Amino acid sequence: MSLTYDDVIAKYEPVLGLEVHVELNTNSKMFCSCATVFGGEPNTQTCPVCLGMPGALPVVNEKAIESTILIGLALNCSIAPFSRFSRKNYFYPDMPKNFQISQYDEPICVNGYVDVEIETDEGQKTFRVEIERVHMEEDTGKSLHVGGATGRIHGADYSLLDYNRAGIPLVEIVTKIVPGTGRYAPEVAKAYVAELRDILRSLGVSDVRMEQGSLRCDANVSLRLIGATTLGTRSETKNVNSLRSVERAVRGEMIRHAERLNNGDRVVQETRHFQEDTGLTRSGRSKEQAEDYRYFPEPDLVPVAPDAAWIEKLRATLPEQPTLRRKRLQIEWAVPDKEMNAMINADALDIVEATVKLGADPTRARGWWLGEISRIANEKAVAVTELTITPNDVAQIVALVAQGELTDKLARQVVEGVIAGEGSPQQVIDARGLKVVSDESALMAAIERAIAAQPETAEKIRNGHIPAAGALIGAVMKDTKGQADAARVRELLLAHLGQPTT
Amino acid sequence: MSSLSRADVANLARLARIDMTDQELDSLATEMDVILGAVARVQEVATPDIAPTSHPLPLRNVTRPDVVEPSLTPEEALSGAPASEDQRFRVPQILGEEA
Amino acid sequence: MITRSAHEMSSAMVSGEITSQELTKKHLERISAVDKEVHAFLHVDTEGAMSQAKAVDDARARGEKLGPLAGVPLALKDVLVQKGIPTTCGSKILEGWRPPYDATVVTRLKNAGVVILGKTNMDEFAMGSSTENSAYGPTHNPWDLSRIPGGSGGGSSASLAAFQAPLAIGTDTGGSIRQPAAVTGTVGVKPTYGGVSRYGLVAFSSSLDQAGPCARTVLDAALLHGVIAGHDPKDATSIDSPVPQVVAAARSGDVKGMKIGVVKELNGDGYQAGVRSRFEESLEHLAKAGAEIVEVSCPNFEYALAAYYLIAPSECSSNLARFDAMRYGLRVGDSDGASAESVMNFTREVGFGREVKRRIILGTYALSSGYFDAYYGSAQKVRTLIMQDFTNAFTKADVLVSPTSPTTAFKIGEKANDPLAMYLNDIATIPVNMAGIGGMSVPNGLAPEDNLPVGFQIMAPAMQDQRMYSVGASLEASLLSQWGAPLLSKIPALAGSK
Repeated sequence: MSLTYDDVIAKYEPVLGLEVHVELNTNSKMFCSCATVFGGEPNTQTCPVCLGMPGALPVVNEKAIESTILIGLALNCSIAPFSRFSRKNYFYPDMPKNFQISQYDEPICVNGYVDVEIETDEGQKTFRVEIERVHMEEDTGKSLHVGGATGRIHGADYSLLDYNRAGIPLVEIVTKIVPGTGRYAPEVAKAYVAELRDILRSLGVSDVRMEQGSLRCDANVSLRLIGATTLGTRSETKNVNSLRSVERAVRGEMIRHAERLNNGDRVVQETRHFQEDTGLTRSGRSKEQAEDYRYFPEPDLVPVAPDAAWIEKLRATLPEQPTLRRKRLQIEWAVPDKEMNAMINADALDIVEATVKLGADPTRARGWWLGEISRIANEKAVAVTELTITPNDVAQIVALVAQGELTDKLARQVVEGVIAGEGSPQQVIDARGLKVVSDESALMAAIERAIAAQPETAEKIRNGHIPAAGALIGAVMKDTKGQADAARVRELLLAHLGQPTT
Repeated sequence: MSSLSRADVANLARLARIDMTDQELDSLATEMDVILGAVARVQEVATPDIAPTSHPLPLRNVTRPDVVEPSLTPEEALSGAPASEDQRFRVPQILGEEA
Repeated sequence: MITRSAHEMSSAMVSGEITSQELTKKHLERISAVDKEVHAFLHVDTEGAMSQAKAVDDARARGEKLGPLAGVPLALKDVLVQKGIPTTCGSKILEGWRPPYDATVVTRLKNAGVVILGKTNMDEFAMGSSTENSAYGPTHNPWDLSRIPGGSGGGSSASLAAFQAPLAIGTDTGGSIRQPAAVTGTVGVKPTYGGVSRYGLVAFSSSLDQAGPCARTVLDAALLHGVIAGHDPKDATSIDSPVPQVVAAARSGDVKGMKIGVVKELNGDGYQAGVRSRFEESLEHLAKAGAEIVEVSCPNFEYALAAYYLIAPSECSSNLARFDAMRYGLRVGDSDGASAESVMNFTREVGFGREVKRRIILGTYALSSGYFDAYYGSAQKVRTLIMQDFTNAFTKADVLVSPTSPTTAFKIGEKANDPLAMYLNDIATIPVNMAGIGGMSVPNGLAPEDNLPVGFQIMAPAMQDQRMYSVGASLEASLLSQWGAPLLSKIPALAGSK
């Protein structure tokens, strides 16, 4: 008796709210000088400050403030002339001080927006997602639950804590409520996070790797009857750590809410955890009593009051906006909409641009990255960027094909070789002996062999039936193991059989 | 002046993570009433037109450069730990939410 | 030798009369002899002290240039972390913890060649005015062992009065340096907030805490002030400007033409008769030395105590949250199947003393939603009013003065069950912390009715700490010539010294 998505949107309007946490890629932590490198041995990047030892004091990382202001500017926010850190008080073993230094009523950036474009039934459509605030805080440590069910908190015998991540600068970007997305709510949510990721990457302020947790999304979803003006009860889904999951989580929650509402059940305001394997959410432990965070101004820190000169200095360093850049590249490269979207969806824009900058023809560069290379990446279930092949390799291959040194078929073998770790394109060509057969006498010998093998076909060509040449050309190519230039073979063959070559 | 019940104090003790005895809660409820009665005097002069002061210093924008300095060794970091294992702090099972 | 001032001890070392090792040994012997009676120390670091003393002696033998306090022993309040040395803050919850780092104050002391003898007793997490709230038992006032030595830094001040150390470090959140100084007949200074780094000072109330020097003379306090003060990039609330010229001020002790403002509200009712008479006598001395005495009014000071007992508990409820049995310190109740939360709750129940829990609960309440504006918010407004009172008063006077404490030392146990009566001890010292300015207590005699020491408080505007030293040194000199010998020469001998 489960509902279809169409049933849901026929009756209800979804309202979104998205909170994205971004780990900044500063060298040192938010409030101390420990390194922030991902994946270090446990508790090797800790000090009295980030371990919350008695007596230790925080000092704000200047780069973290600048990165946050840059984010605010890129998201069209106002930068507050006066902002402050506050303490958010609650106990949790992965939080060394048992309070998080965050920002509460005086965040550094407020009131911005992001426009996202998605494909709808009526074509491309732009949705404006309004930003409520952007603020700075610190990350927590990581706990490893030992015994009981693997990795799960419940049933674990004990936990082991690593504080390397504690105190890594975190920026929280909170949207205002996002109504009016209708059936496209899941797509808008996904496109918003993707757009945010692109903006953050272009700013160079974060690694934005969802799989490593450097960009994390909490999705708030509520439903209301179409036409209603009051908001429904929302659920907050945490742990959504891929773009696809954002979309799935929103869609899943919409259906779950609608089922409850249709059954006359109340939606419970709670935190839910997204499960990657099932695409469903699971209720977090509901708290018996509401937390009271007892925020108050952090007395160990002084206010952040950026003056206009500081803000303008930062504004001058803002890179081109990702949406504008996409439009520019689409025009420069003369890419049709559909292909452009394919490139964006495949996250290949940067890598194609890098290849083009190295001299490759845009269409060819795109063809390789979205064609053969994407195919291999899919087979290996990795992102194209994770393969060993580089824009430089692809640019070389494109050049070699243009110079007639390689055929497309040979070039595919080179690509495969580079990805297999056999070295640079030239090393693969040398090692595999991949070379266009340009020795005409060798080609003529192969042509003779083909004619001898298929005398009837040859006769048809002699009689002017040019399309029949394909079969003989194919045979020659096979004979030369694909190392011949098919166009030259055609010329030689037709001339040999007394036909015009153009 | 609102007076604090034992349940109020119990809730505060819960927020503060202190497992108080019933007797302690009772005596604290009584003491709190007396102390709150005294400190509530601040409300006599705290009119809306007065700006609050959370800190005595007029400093702004005190920051440090984004430079890495040596951390503690893991041995130093864990030196005070009541229990440790595999270079991590070992703590009893956590009943809260998954992070 | 051990009754001399730190400055005199330093001269004796320079002249070759004594080495730092000999001097340190004398103090360690004194501690062994009398600390059973006084209980000023929680930990004595014999080995560390002797090795630091040797390092100073060796450096001196090599002809190295040494600072004015090199080789002089000092007692450190147990609220400042010292690498490898037990630091308890007078609390069970930190029993056995050895910090892996040094407080900035400690680093500066070590760099100056000061010999740290050990850690002194205090009210748990500096919450108290009598040192009775220490989990390790009270400290006794060397003037009368049945009486309190003040608090929270009773151990530091008592160690000076008992000649266990010529110098000590205290911390002052609402009077914890000045009030113990007053009731033990010693000098105590709370520098301007931000003047001395708080890095490594275990926080009670971050916006009020300040470490400072304790000594037997004003000049010694100034010399120590000079060693520990100055900007620290590890403390974001540290002031990045030159340290006030406190040593020069203490040496000159010149008050000619200075306007000294008597705070009308910090006198009168509630102040012991002998405290008042000594205060009047001190004003006469200062007037004779060329100062002009004026009266100033700070009408909002009467709300300071109430505001303090909201702000300090609020901040402490958050600062003390880190003591949770997970990473360091005490862990109780970790039996099979116990949860982190239950271990946390139980450890905090048994690890914290009564006064600490009382303040945590009070602070939790004051910050909780629905009460924040009425309590914490209102207290912050009172803070604004107190600062305005000071600003106005400092337009009429260069320094302000009052008795440091309304009474002399009371009996141990006398006020233990009456928190409000206990809180009143700090009525005259709290406004200074609320405004972040400097305050000093100088001994100004014995109250005739009980023959116990009385203190004279001097308050100066932010970063004008040198003014307190000028006034303090002037008063000290006048009283010395009146008495013929320092006040501490009148202290009864301890049994262990006989």
